[in-house]
Amino acid sequence: MIEIKNLHKSYKMGSNSLHVLKGINFSVEEGELVAIMGSSGSGKSTLLNILGMLDVLDEGSYTLDGVPIKNLNETKAAQYRNKFLGFVFQSFNLINYKSAMENVALPLYYQKVGRKERQEKALKYLEQVGLREWADHLPSELSGGQKQRVAIARAMAAEPKVLLADEPTGALDSTTSYEVMDLIQKINDAGNTILIVTHEPDIADMCKRIVHLKDGVIVEDKKITQIRASQYV
Amino acid sequence: MFDIERWQEIFDAIQKNKLRTFLTGFSVASGIFILVILLGFGQGMQNGIAKEFESDASNRIGVWTQVTTQEYKGLNPGRPIQLKNNNYQSINSKFSGNLEHKSPFFRLRNVTVDYNNESGSYSVQGVSPLFQNIENQFISQGRYLNYGDEESVAKVVMISNKIKRELLKGEDDPIGSFLKISGINFQIVGVYGDKGGDREEDRLFIPISTAQRVFNGSDNLNMMFFTLKPSSNFEETLAKSIKFTEDIKSYLREAHTVAPTDPSAVNTFNTLEGVKRFQNLTGGIKFFFWFVGICTIVAGVVGVSNIMMIIVKERTREIGVRKALGARPWAIVGMILHEAIFVTSVAGFAGLIFSMGLLEFVGPSLQVDYVLNPSINFRVAISTVFLLIIAGALAGFFPAWRASTIRPIEALRDE
Repeated sequence: MIEIKNLHKSYKMGSNSLHVLKGINFSVEEGELVAIMGSSGSGKSTLLNILGMLDVLDEGSYTLDGVPIKNLNETKAAQYRNKFLGFVFQSFNLINYKSAMENVALPLYYQKVGRKERQEKALKYLEQVGLREWADHLPSELSGGQKQRVAIARAMAAEPKVLLADEPTGALDSTTSYEVMDLIQKINDAGNTILIVTHEPDIADMCKRIVHLKDGVIVEDKKITQIRASQYV
Repeated sequence: MFDIERWQEIFDAIQKNKLRTFLTGFSVASGIFILVILLGFGQGMQNGIAKEFESDASNRIGVWTQVTTQEYKGLNPGRPIQLKNNNYQSINSKFSGNLEHKSPFFRLRNVTVDYNNESGSYSVQGVSPLFQNIENQFISQGRYLNYGDEESVAKVVMISNKIKRELLKGEDDPIGSFLKISGINFQIVGVYGDKGGDREEDRLFIPISTAQRVFNGSDNLNMMFFTLKPSSNFEETLAKSIKFTEDIKSYLREAHTVAPTDPSAVNTFNTLEGVKRFQNLTGGIKFFFWFVGICTIVAGVVGVSNIMMIIVKERTREIGVRKALGARPWAIVGMILHEAIFVTSVAGFAGLIFSMGLLEFVGPSLQVDYVLNPSINFRVAISTVFLLIIAGALAGFFPAWRASTIRPIEALRDE
């Protein structure tokens, strides 16, 4: 599903250049649930952003579902993001003047899905994350966990090939974190490929594979036995 | 533009961001409102001043003489120059093709006029029938002086509405009755009014021939009045009338043996030059109001641009989210501009309708000196609305375009 070869990325900080990713080789199969771990500054978020086409790579190659991701203009990148990827952010990034349902329906708007169908689909995904009754509420009226579940519903609404989550539980307490992880595991059980960036070991343990990043290189890449989040909920 | 989905998206955004929408709309509407009111008042002042200048024919030329101030051909300075009937006739025959109205003028100052037991002191002036057109007078009762009166040296007189009120104590029909001018009986043939108002109505008019004969004027004239046929455009008319005054001046100097350089022996006035000044004045007023108006519009444009930039800034994160969800750059630009154009249009037309309504309904009943019926050209008003909309769209385009090209990761990082 994802194929990365010899990926380099550096940022210019004034006159200095900061080499963040120093040759990453990495691939993900369909249906995997991968945790990308590392301390802050290890390059894990940068890697996820490049995978999500939110950022561009300097060197190396990236293939997503057999499509080489290279030299994309913004229009093409937007098209691919819409078709292939769903995002979940640490700070939720819901649009604050839109209700939960409208937020979930937004990626469908950019897929040119009709209004009626958008709403139906949005309600279906809200139902899946258990927030059907909250459809008409604004994000400000929801708790952190609820917001993140709306964000996950929004990421799923476009039916992406890969779900990318950047510290999805970073802003949540542990109980809510486990609820969110439970949801992510269920989505993964349904066959979706998911990548999670996290620095919390207990969250990483709920995935099926852990990739350790340190100073821009992969130091460890192991398959683990998944711990089900449902036992904590 | 007619993408129904986009419209729904924009109405959502407008509904949920009422303050933002209100501020944008208000700055546009107030800009248009101020401009329309300003231009309306500019027009109103022009109307008002034009009315003040209405009292006399606007292309009137008058000629009079004084004493010479320069020695010429052996004649001493200080010699009085007297206009004569034959001067008037020569000018008439010389310039007959150019003249529109003409009248000789013989004046008696502070003459006692009696009617029954009432008595008053007025100016009595001997003129020709065409003097009516030169002074912009109208007939209230009876008739004006005619050439028959002039030929038969008739003792007939025109009085004004004011004199009728003052001296005749409001007698209903004075036509045919007699009044005494310096003790001589004159029959009233008409009552005139003057558009210039009361101050122009302190005069009685009698035929020029009668004035000269009865009051020992011989063939002397105090003044001569002329108006010229207007040409197709003002500049040409003005040039012609200036040339005409120079021509009669040089003719009169020659006829009376006055030095061509004598500054005061032969004098003329030309109201057309006054008209020129008046036009410059109204032109100046118009320019001033346009200038202020354009500054207002510029301020409006700057205001709209500022708001657009703030809106884009405020929405940077939202734009990042939308891009992460698959919005193409043009969809972002389109969304922001569509909203901006929609809001400025609605607000612009609201300001236009409100201000024009105010001018339409309040304007005519306005009672202020030098302001009459303020109004505005609809085409001008509507073009300024479009100008503001286009300017707002342009001002919004650049920040919107920049925002749409920011990489989503940077937009999302924006706090």
